[in-house]
Amino acid sequence: MRKHLLTAAAVPVLALALAAGGSQARAEGELHIYNWGNYTNPELIEKFEKQYDVEVTLDDYDSNEMMLAKIKGGATGYDIVVPGDYMVAIMVEEGLLQEINASEMENYEHLDPKWQDVYWDPGHKYSVPWQWGTTAFTVDTAVYDGEINTLALMFDPPEELKGRINMLNDMNDVINAGLRYLGHPRCNDNKEQLKELNDLLLSAKQHWRTMDYGTIEKLTSGDVDLSQNWNGAAMRARMQRPTLQYAYPKEGFTGWMDNVAVLKDAPNLENAKLFVNFVMDPENAALISNFARYANGIKGSEQYMDPEMVEAPEIIMPADAPAPEFVPPCDQQVVDLYNRIWTNLKK
Amino acid sequence: MAADTQALASPSPAGAPRETERLRRAKAALAREKRRNRLLLLAPALVTIGCVGLLPLTVILVYSFLEPGTYGGVNWVFSGEAYVQFLFERDLFEETLSFNPAYLEIFGRSLLLALGATFGALLVGFPTAYFIATRPPGTRNLWLFLITLPFWTNLLIRTYAMMLILRDEGVINIALMEVGVISEPMILIYTDGAVLLGLVYSYLPFMVLPIYAALEKLDFRLVEAAYDLYATRFRVLRHVILPVAKPGIVAGCILVFIPGLGAYITPQLLGGGKSLMIGNMIWQQFGASRNWPFGSASALILMAIVMIALLIYVRYAGRKRAHG
Repeated sequence: MRKHLLTAAAVPVLALALAAGGSQARAEGELHIYNWGNYTNPELIEKFEKQYDVEVTLDDYDSNEMMLAKIKGGATGYDIVVPGDYMVAIMVEEGLLQEINASEMENYEHLDPKWQDVYWDPGHKYSVPWQWGTTAFTVDTAVYDGEINTLALMFDPPEELKGRINMLNDMNDVINAGLRYLGHPRCNDNKEQLKELNDLLLSAKQHWRTMDYGTIEKLTSGDVDLSQNWNGAAMRARMQRPTLQYAYPKEGFTGWMDNVAVLKDAPNLENAKLFVNFVMDPENAALISNFARYANGIKGSEQYMDPEMVEAPEIIMPADAPAPEFVPPCDQQVVDLYNRIWTNLKK
Repeated sequence: MAADTQALASPSPAGAPRETERLRRAKAALAREKRRNRLLLLAPALVTIGCVGLLPLTVILVYSFLEPGTYGGVNWVFSGEAYVQFLFERDLFEETLSFNPAYLEIFGRSLLLALGATFGALLVGFPTAYFIATRPPGTRNLWLFLITLPFWTNLLIRTYAMMLILRDEGVINIALMEVGVISEPMILIYTDGAVLLGLVYSYLPFMVLPIYAALEKLDFRLVEAAYDLYATRFRVLRHVILPVAKPGIVAGCILVFIPGLGAYITPQLLGGGKSLMIGNMIWQQFGASRNWPFGSASALILMAIVMIALLIYVRYAGRKRAHG
C-alpha cells in the first residue's frame, strides 16, 4: 500500500521534473540577475526571455555593501549585478567586473550624451545606466509655506518643523548633506571642518524625530512633515499626500545612478551581454522606469513612459536647480572619521 | 577496581604473569571499545556543536584580530586594534590614545533597556502567571493558549501593529481626541518608553510560561494554611509563593534579558532609529563602516557580557542549592 502511495506521488513529481527539464532544454540558455529588491519590472524579464529564448532567474539585495560582501565571497553563479555609481568604481578596482565594451554595442547610441562620460566607468567599458535619481528631501507645504529649497530646513528648522523631521538612517547621506549646508567639500578629512560638522549635527539632532529608511510610510502616516528622501520615493509619497513637495536645495544634493554590469567569470557571458544591450533600448528602459519610478539615461524612452512620470516634478528638475553631485567613494581614513562622528551622533 | 590494580602492581607468583597479562589485555580491549562506542554515540552532538557553534565562533574570533580590508573584508595581518577601538580613540595624526566612552554608552543603554524590559515583563508576567495557575485545571490551557497566540505572528508585524496604536494619528491618540480628553496628539511613539513597551510586549510570554510552570507545582493548601496561621498577604507571598516560583522567575528573567540585549527591530521601529543599539552598531560595521574586525570584536564582547552574567547566576544558584 505504502509503495503504491509512493508511486502515486512520484508520477506527478516526475512529470513536473520532465516538464521543467523540457522547457529548460527549449530555452537556449540561462541568465542569473542579482538586483536591488522590488526594482526589476517582471514585464521586462518576460520580454527578454521571449525575445532571446533565455531562462532568467532573479535574486535581490538591499544595499551595495551587502551585495559586495556576497560577490567577494565568490562562486555566486550570478551573471548580472546592478551596483550604484561609487560601487562600480570599487568593483572595477577590486577586479570583480568583466570588461564588455558597452560603448560598442548596438543600442549604445540611445544613451543620453550627458551620461556618456561618468567618473565610475569612463568610456562605459564595464557598465551601462539602469536608473538614476537624486537624494534631497520632501516637505509638506501645508505645514511650512516658506522657501523650501534650502538645507536649513533640516539643520536649522523653523518652529513648525521642529520635532517633525525624519533623516535617512545613512551615514553618508546625512554627513554629505551637513557638509553641503556648511559649504565644506565631500570626502573631508579636515579636522576643523569636521568639528564644525559634528557640532551642527548634534545641535540639529534635537529637532529630528526619527532616522529611518522608511520615508514613504513616515510621511504618509503623518509622523513627520519633512523627510530626507529619494526622488522616486518622494513621488510615491506625494501620490498619497498631495501637499508634499520635493525640494532641490540650493546648497546642492546627491545624485546617484545604478548600473547594469557583468560579473567576471559570469557563467552566461553572451546572454549577459545581450541583456546589457537589451536594457538600452528606449522601450525597455521605459519599462524599467514605469516600475520603480526613477529616470533612466536613455533618450527617446519618454514616449513609452507613463504620462504621470513624464511630468513629475520629482523627475524633471527645474532649470535653476544645481546639478546633482555624484560623490565618489572616500578613503578609509575619511570613512573612519565619518564613522566616529556618526557613532558620536547616535550614541 | 583498586584491588585489581594493586594485584597487578604487586609481584605475582610464577606462571601467573601470563594469565594476568592476558586479562589486562582483554580489559584494555574492552575499555577501548567502550571509549569508541561512547565517542561514536557522541559524534552527532559533537559535529553539530563544532559546525554550527565553534566553527563560526572561531571565524569571528580570528577576524576580530585582523586588520580591516579597504572595502570590507579583512587583511591577513594580526592586529589588536579592534579591541583598542572599543574603549579608546586614536588620533589619526598624532597617534595618541584617548578614552572614548561612545561604544560603552551604546552598550550601557542597551543593557539598561534590557534590564528595564526584564523588570517590566516580571511586573506584568508574575501576576498573569499566578492568575493562570489559580484557574481551574480545565481552563488553564485556554489561558496559556491565549498567551502564546500573538507568537503565531511575525515579530515585525506585531511591532508595526504597535506603531499603529502609538503613533500621532494612531488608535490611542485618535480615540482620546474624539472623546475630548486631549486636543493635541500626545507624543507616545519614538521615545524610550515606546521601546520599553514594545520589548515587554514582545517577550512577555517568555516570562509568563516558566513562572506558570513553577507555580503550577505550588500546593495551594499551603497558602490557606499560612492564612490560617495569621500570615499577612505580603508574608504569604514572600514565604510561601515566591520560594516556589523562584526558579521560574530566574529562568524567565534570563529568557527576556538576553534577547532584549540584542533586540534590533523593536528599538529601530519604535525608537525611531535616532539611537544606536548594540545590534544596529554591529550590523553597521559590516556595511557602511567597512570594519569587519571591529564588528567581530563587538559581537564577542557582547557575548562575553552575557556569559559572565550567566556564570554569576549559575554560581549563585549552585551555592543556594548547596545550602539546601
